[in-house]
Amino acid sequence: MIANYGYQDGSGAYYIRIDTDCCIDCVSRPCLAACPQRLFEVVVDDYDDEVIQVAEAHRRTLAADCAACKPAAGAVRLPCVAACPSEALKHDW
Amino acid sequence: MVVSLAEKKEYWRWAEHCWVDETCDWRAAQRVTAGIDVGSVSSQAVVCVDGKLLGYHSTRTGNDSPDSARRALDGVLDKSGMTLADIHYIVGTGYGRVNVPFAHKTLTEIACHARGANYMVGPTVRTLLDMGGQDCKAIRCDERGKVTQFLMNDKCAAGTGRGMEVIADLMQIPVSELGARSFDIDAEPPAVSSICVVFAKSEALGMLKAGYTKNKVIAAYCQAMAERVVALIERVGVDPAGDFFITGGIAKNPGVVKRIERLLGVNAVHSPWDSQIAGALGAALFAHTLLQKQAAKAA
Repeated sequence: MIANYGYQDGSGAYYIRIDTDCCIDCVSRPCLAACPQRLFEVVVDDYDDEVIQVAEAHRRTLAADCAACKPAAGAVRLPCVAACPSEALKHDW
Repeated sequence: MVVSLAEKKEYWRWAEHCWVDETCDWRAAQRVTAGIDVGSVSSQAVVCVDGKLLGYHSTRTGNDSPDSARRALDGVLDKSGMTLADIHYIVGTGYGRVNVPFAHKTLTEIACHARGANYMVGPTVRTLLDMGGQDCKAIRCDERGKVTQFLMNDKCAAGTGRGMEVIADLMQIPVSELGARSFDIDAEPPAVSSICVVFAKSEALGMLKAGYTKNKVIAAYCQAMAERVVALIERVGVDPAGDFFITGGIAKNPGVVKRIERLLGVNAVHSPWDSQIAGALGAALFAHTLLQKQAAKAA
């Protein structure tokens, strides 16, 4: 399943896209530790698969939460995207 | 002039529905399941017998989620002669799903809407737009009603039922009439430009002051809502190989639905069932599957 977490408001669209099918077989889940904001968490989804999701508390504040890792703040590559061995994570902005 | 509460009309108030299939003998059923969808604006309860729809009740959500869930379910129970004890398994869903005290399990409304749409339209439905009271979801699903992709926006009320209620109150026109009135215009006005409902309300007021008719302002708002929702759905894409279906209260507003169809270039399919029950129906069907799994394990 492709899960898009985030929001769209007057300033733009901020979504993190996770291909949760890739999470099922991922044992180490390096994205969890890679994110300095601890955005991600492991949950059992509606189909009983253990997957990664963006924690509810962060879903409406992604633009601010991810700002420190964005190129404008000097980052070369997003740590969460770089950590995922399956390239299952993408930022839409 | 002071207007008393009794005189103040609630233009935003939509019709609540309760229906039970009186030809169905639920006492003879093997499995009776229920789905309760406690949304931010409306609450629905659906009861299924052996995986078939027995009845539903759609009501307004109050400030007490457990009470809203109870009221929604009581509508079906009272009409069918059932009691809570007659229901074998209950799944709660929606914004207030964790506050359904009698639910055996909770599931997200995303999975439930897809499953419910699959029942309401059939296995051909692939793209689903749920226009809820205070959020909007674009969902892609497979032929079994399993979600393959989703996206939701619950940060902003633009493109939601609550936004339409605000406009109904402002225009002093019942919310159920807005859609039809939005077509009673000489020419299509430009869409309301503000993305925020609060500012859109101010802009609508400005349009009235500038000489626009009420119908034209409603048309401008419907167009704005359609444009916002289409921007959302285009991020997941409409599957050209399957049907496109709209659920939620806004699905009953042709002013928005027709404009979405025009912008997407795709016609939405219709279902004989109330578009607001998709989430609760999906929850009741999940409950049925869970009971089947339990029975298979036990055997």
